[in-house]
Amino acid sequence: MSATVIRNGRIIDPANGRDEIADLLIIDGLIAALPQLSTLNSQPDEIDAGNLIVAPGLIDIHVHLREPGFGWKETIESGARAAAAGGFTTIVCMPNTSPVADSPSTIAWIKDRAAAAACVHVLPTGAISKNLAGEELAPIGSLAQAGVVAITDDGHCVQNSELMRRAVEYARMVGVPVLDHCQDYNLVGHGVVHEGYWSTLLGLPGWPAAGEEAIVARNILLAELCDHRIHCQHISSAGSVRLLREARGRGVRISGEACPHHIALTHEAIQNFDTNYKMNPPLRSQADVDALIAGIADGTLDILASDHAPHAKFEKEVEFDRAPFGIVGLETELGLFLDLLVHKRKAIDLPRLIEMFTTIPAELLKLKAGTLATGAAADVTLIDPNLEWTVDANAFETLSSNTPFHGWNLKGRAVRTIVGGRTVWRL
Amino acid sequence: MAAHSSPLSAVSPGSPILDASGIRNALRRIAHEIIERNQPDLGAIVLAGIPSRGVEIARRLARLIEELAQVPVATGIIDVAMHRDDVGKRANLPMVQASRLPVPLDGRTVIIVDDVFYTGRTTRAAMDAIGTFGRPARIQLATLIDRGHRELPIRADYVGKNLPTAMGERVRLRLENVDAEPDAVWLIKEEKA
Amino acid sequence: MRWSRKDLVGIRELSAEEITFVLDTAAAFKQVGTRDVKKVPALRGKTLVNFFVEPSTRTRTSFELAAKRLSADVINISATTSSLTKGETLKDTAKILEANHADIIVLRHSSAGAPQFLAERLRASVINAGDGAHEHPTQALLDLYTIRERRGSIAGLHVAIVGDILFSRVARSNIFALLKLGARVTLVGPSTLVPRVFERLGVTVSHCIDEVLPTVDVVHLLRVQHERQRKEYFPGIGEYIRLFGLTKARAKLLKADCLIMHPGPINRGVEIDSDLADGVQSVILAQVTNGLAVRMAVLYLCGGIASR
Repeated sequence: MSATVIRNGRIIDPANGRDEIADLLIIDGLIAALPQLSTLNSQPDEIDAGNLIVAPGLIDIHVHLREPGFGWKETIESGARAAAAGGFTTIVCMPNTSPVADSPSTIAWIKDRAAAAACVHVLPTGAISKNLAGEELAPIGSLAQAGVVAITDDGHCVQNSELMRRAVEYARMVGVPVLDHCQDYNLVGHGVVHEGYWSTLLGLPGWPAAGEEAIVARNILLAELCDHRIHCQHISSAGSVRLLREARGRGVRISGEACPHHIALTHEAIQNFDTNYKMNPPLRSQADVDALIAGIADGTLDILASDHAPHAKFEKEVEFDRAPFGIVGLETELGLFLDLLVHKRKAIDLPRLIEMFTTIPAELLKLKAGTLATGAAADVTLIDPNLEWTVDANAFETLSSNTPFHGWNLKGRAVRTIVGGRTVWRL
Repeated sequence: MAAHSSPLSAVSPGSPILDASGIRNALRRIAHEIIERNQPDLGAIVLAGIPSRGVEIARRLARLIEELAQVPVATGIIDVAMHRDDVGKRANLPMVQASRLPVPLDGRTVIIVDDVFYTGRTTRAAMDAIGTFGRPARIQLATLIDRGHRELPIRADYVGKNLPTAMGERVRLRLENVDAEPDAVWLIKEEKA
Repeated sequence: MRWSRKDLVGIRELSAEEITFVLDTAAAFKQVGTRDVKKVPALRGKTLVNFFVEPSTRTRTSFELAAKRLSADVINISATTSSLTKGETLKDTAKILEANHADIIVLRHSSAGAPQFLAERLRASVINAGDGAHEHPTQALLDLYTIRERRGSIAGLHVAIVGDILFSRVARSNIFALLKLGARVTLVGPSTLVPRVFERLGVTVSHCIDEVLPTVDVVHLLRVQHERQRKEYFPGIGEYIRLFGLTKARAKLLKADCLIMHPGPINRGVEIDSDLADGVQSVILAQVTNGLAVRMAVLYLCGGIASR
C-alpha cells in the first residue's frame, strides 16, 4: 500500500463543489477519504501545498501528438511529457496522423503506444470522414467501439453539409460527440492570415472571419436538426461567439472552445512574416480578442484548449504562405490563461478556470476524469497561480519549439502533475 | 579628400591655420600658376571640382582666372563616389552627386580641384571617372591644402598650402558658400575616446 | 543623411528622406548613361545573383544591366534552373548562393515576405524584385523618379492607381511611397479587386473611373493579370474595359498635363487604349529608362554597405 497526503493546499474541485484549504489523501492511486489517514499502518509521503491550488488533473481536449507518421515533430511520449509539464493529466489527440485515425487498428495502435510510453492519459479521437477527405463517412461505430472519445476531422472540415448531417446523426446513435474545425473552404480559399488591415498591407491572402462563422452557423443548424452535441473547436471570431451565444441561449446542443493564442495575440503580430504567428484559424483583430474574452466570461465559450500543433524548425522556417499552420501550446497554455484571463483581464476566477479545464470537458467527452471525489483516480494538478516565470522554448518537453511566446513573462503555472497518485512532473 | 563635419566641429577649434584672406591669397596664387602653365591653350581647360567643397573652389578659381586672363573657363563636377575603391567596406554611404563635364573632352586639359589632398585615392577615382567621359589631352590636380601621407604615386600640380600633419590630426575646412561659416582652415588633433 | 541599409525589402520601412536619397542617387546614375563609357567600377569584384523564382524578363533584364554597368558579375537563376524544384528550401538555396560568394541577391518570389526572410538570414544584400502581392520597391522608386522628373516634386500631386490592386505589389509599394512623399492617392477598380479596406492605408477608394480622371495629375494603370485572376473576381475583359479601361473617350477627361504610367507589360486595348500608350502623355518608356538608373542606385547603395 502506498499513500500520499497533500497538505494545506486550496482544494478547488468544481465537480464536488469544493473550494477550501484542506489536505488531500491519496491511497494506491485513488483519492481517499481524509479520515483514512489515521488507519494507515505506515507514514504517508507528504507534499506541502501551502499557497498552491490543488485541482483535479487538467484536461486538454485538443492536441496534435503527430504519431503515427510524423514522429520528428512530436511523439505520443514527448507530447505526453509536454502535457504533464503544462499541468495536464488527460489529453485528447486529433486524428490527422499518417495513417489518419479513421480505422480501429490505428486507434488500437495509438492506445497501445500511449499505454507503453505516455506519462498522462492519452485519449484518441477518430475521423469523421475517411482519410479526412470529407467525401464518405469513416466507420464511426467501429471507431467508437475501439475507444475514441469523439469524432473530428480537425485540420480539415467536412464541406458537404449533407455528409456532416449524416455524421452527426450516426455519432448520436453510437454516443460520441462531434468536434468540428470550422472552415468554409470556398470563403477561405488560400487564406493564411486574418482578412483585414494587415493582410491588405502585406499582400497576404486573407482568411475572413466569415469563413469560420458560416460553418459555426451550419453546425448550430445541424445540432438542432439532429439533436446531438457539436463542439466547435478553436473559435477565433466575434461573429462565431455571437452565433454560439444566441444558439446556447435557446438550448441548442452546441459549444465552443478558446485557445490561448487567440486571446493573447492579434493579427498585428504577423507583420514581420514570422511563421510562429501563423495558425489556423488565424490571429484576428483586437475586437475579436475582446469578444472571445467576453464569451469566456459569460460562459458562451466554456472549454479551454491548446490546439498544440508541433512542427519542426525546418518546416516552419520557410516562406510565410508555405509554412504549416500551428504552434505548440501545452506548456504555455495554463500560464497564458491564468495570466490573461484571471490576473490581467479578470474575465473569470480560478474556480471557473479549473471548471473549464476539468468538469466541462469531462462532461462533453463523458470522461471519468476531472474530479477529486473519493474513489476517483488520483489525477491531481498543483498550481501556483502567482508564480512569475519566463517562457523558455529551449526548455520545452515537446520535441518542437514553434512558439510565439518565447521570452514572455507570465504569472501562474502548474508546479506538479500527479497521474494515478504518481508524480509524473514537477517544477 | 573631403573634410566631413563631425561631432568635433561643435568644439571650438582654436585659431585657424588659414583665414579668409589666407585662402583668398592661396587661390589667387593657384590661378596665376594655372594661367602660366596652360598657355597658350588656357581656353581648353576644364576645372572639375570634387563635391562638395572642391566644386566651390573650382568655381572661385574659374572666376579668378577669368578676371586675370580675360578667358572664359569651363567648370564641371566630378563625383568620385562610384569610382572609389572602398565600396562594400563602409557602414554607410554619402550622397552621390551627378557628375557634369563638358564633352567631348578630347584635346582639353581637365584640372581636378579638391579641397584637401591626402592619400591620393580620391584623385585616382577622379581620374578614372574622367576617363569614362572621354580622353582629355592631360589631367592636372589643384588642391587648396596638401596634408601629405600619400598612399598612391600621385602628386599635385597646384597647391595652395602645404600643411605637414600627423596621422591623428584632421584638417577642418569651412567655405562660406558651402558651410554657411566664414572661410577658414584649422588643424585639429583628434581626441581618442 | 547617409545610407546604411544593406537590403531593400520594401518601401514601407523606408523614411521619406531615404526614398528621396535613392531618387537623388538615381539622378547621378542616370547621368552615367550619357557618358562615353557607360560603366563605373562601383561594384567591381562583387557577384550579383538574379534569383527569380517567378518568371520575369523586364525586371530581371533591368537588374542585370544595372549590375553590369556597376561592374558586378551577374548570375541568373530561374525557378526552372534552381534546386527549389527539387524540394530544396528557399533558405538552403540562398545559403548555397552565399557559400558561392554571392554579395547581392536580387529576389523575385511568389510568396510575400520571402525577401525579408532571406535578408534576416544572410550576410549578402537582399533586394526585393517583387514578392507575391506584397511589394515591388524598385518599381515604385522608378515610378516616383519618373513623376518627379516630369513634375518637379511629388508632394501635393493626386495620383490614381487603376486596376487589380488586391493582387498588386506594384500598387502597394506605390501607395507607401506616394503617401510618404506627400501625394494623394486614389485607387480605382472593381470592388472585388479594390476592397474598401484599402482606405485604412490612407488612400481613397473609388469604383467610378470617370469621376476620378479629371482630378488627377498621374494615372497609373496596372496590368490586368489574367493569369492570376480567379474568375469570380470580375466577369471578363469586355466588362473590365467598359467600366475601367482607359479608352480614348475617357482620356479626354484627363488634364492636359496628366501623366499616364504603366509598369508593363501592357495589355494593349485592355487597361489602356493602344494609341494612348504611345501618346504624348504616356511616360511608359521613360519609366523603363529610369528603372535602370534607380536599380543602379539601389544596387550601389545596398551593395556598397559593408556586410555584417
